[in-house]
Amino acid sequence: MPTSRDWMIIAAARLLQDGERVLVGVGVPNIAANLAKRLHAPGLVLVYESGVIDARPEKLPLSIGDGTLVEDALAVLPMYELFSHYLVRGWIDVGFLGAAQIDASGNLNSTVLGPYESPRVRLAGSGGAAEIATYAKRTIIVMEHDRNRFPAKVDFITSPGHPPGARRPDGRGPWRVVTSLGLFGFDEHGRMGVLALLPGHSYEEVLDMTGWRIPCLTDEFHYSPPIQPEEEAALAALRSTLTIGDQK
Amino acid sequence: MTQRMALSELISSYIRAESTVYLAGFSHLIPFAAGHEIIRHGIKHLTLCRSTPDLLYDQMIAAGVAAKVVFSYAGNPGVGLLPAFRRAVETGGIVIEEYTHAEMVARLEAGAAGLPFWPVRAEDNDLTVQRPRASVVCPYSGTQIPVVPALNPDVTLIHVQRADEAGNLYMWGLPGEIKEAALAARTLVATAEEIVPADSARTDREHLIVPGFRVAAVAHAPYGAHPSYAAGLYERDTVLYQEWNRIARDTAQCNKWLDEWVRGVPDHAGYLAKRGVRYFERLALKGGHDRANES
Repeated sequence: MPTSRDWMIIAAARLLQDGERVLVGVGVPNIAANLAKRLHAPGLVLVYESGVIDARPEKLPLSIGDGTLVEDALAVLPMYELFSHYLVRGWIDVGFLGAAQIDASGNLNSTVLGPYESPRVRLAGSGGAAEIATYAKRTIIVMEHDRNRFPAKVDFITSPGHPPGARRPDGRGPWRVVTSLGLFGFDEHGRMGVLALLPGHSYEEVLDMTGWRIPCLTDEFHYSPPIQPEEEAALAALRSTLTIGDQK
Repeated sequence: MTQRMALSELISSYIRAESTVYLAGFSHLIPFAAGHEIIRHGIKHLTLCRSTPDLLYDQMIAAGVAAKVVFSYAGNPGVGLLPAFRRAVETGGIVIEEYTHAEMVARLEAGAAGLPFWPVRAEDNDLTVQRPRASVVCPYSGTQIPVVPALNPDVTLIHVQRADEAGNLYMWGLPGEIKEAALAARTLVATAEEIVPADSARTDREHLIVPGFRVAAVAHAPYGAHPSYAAGLYERDTVLYQEWNRIARDTAQCNKWLDEWVRGVPDHAGYLAKRGVRYFERLALKGGHDRANES
């Protein structure tokens, strides 16, 4: 039986299209992007903020600076070039990120829980996320869904989402959010809403796990199609290449 | 003229208390041997800079060498957070100065070019609420351009696969911000997996990262990036990254580890001997490290 986490990874992978250039963040986005490349998007160009362009990893990379990403990559660029000459110039189609918190406008927090000056939990910080979230042509966020992670207002805006009251006019910013409960989009006011619920989950559950009254954006509630055997097999195969680590 | 010296001498000659140092690399070629030597020398009150402080800076923070960290992503790559860094920040034991990756490498570009600041394309976020970002007026268009200040470390320390006796430094694989950090430094020093005769690597010009005239000193340190990796030579020792995640959560465990693997060995050669040849055979890549092992 596929778990909610499997569903989240597969639903996220399905959003990536063949031929797109995707800047891949650490954690679940990394698994989902590698999965998409082994399924419907063999021409997906995997880009990592470490400077790797068009990685073709044999194994699931544990981190985004791994040697396995460098072998058979088209290029490894200095970080400065990747950010200045490619990302902020608009050459990345999809920013593919995780975060500790997200709010209704798609603001992402990966810096602190609690106040910045005296944090309850000090997280890793932006890394490339702030620029990825704002300069990729669109952004997909993947994260586990619970009330602490979906507050009305994030504790700290690491990566700005949509501005108050409006969606970004040029398509940039948060486009889809994939969680362990469902698939989410943003309305014309730049506010997050439900697009579909993953199997086994209800709208009430989403409301319960979200810190604001999140609306439904469609009538077509139920996510489809079901997980295909080849998706399940590819995910299992991918995980088997990661011999250690708790990322699976 | 680049001086060749033992790692211990290099650290005591170039790293001073209270100075600003940058031990460069993005998961790759992290100068662990040099960082551990800094701990052994008991140097204090350092400002540690790196876009991606990882295990090494966590160990240096745990060992009490750092007063401040300048960074953009403080994580254990592929594993999680940095327990000693977290503890230090959450208890106010350390000062932080935080940027995004794009800002951090732009600061190095300015430093390398000898300019006071560097223009960036960037939106405001809560980091710029904490530390308002300056801007300049473009003299051509009149628009406001955000800028970040130059970063010029007193000393940048990098680890490379190969140096020659003239101090020319050669590296391959993921470059990260190594070259920019090297050129932004007031003083650049390096450790190398192998040191070859002067001029013998001259035809390998596509791997030359910094010419020797820019390099103050170089020390031989085989497996000097362990437990990170050196492309073509050895793989990352991921088990140690995961173990650190457990060890570093507890201050006593943390100190015990540092006593055993850093303070308790006389130098890098002692560390290699304590791990043993067999240990590194497991990580070595085929055809990679034969020459460096000999010396």
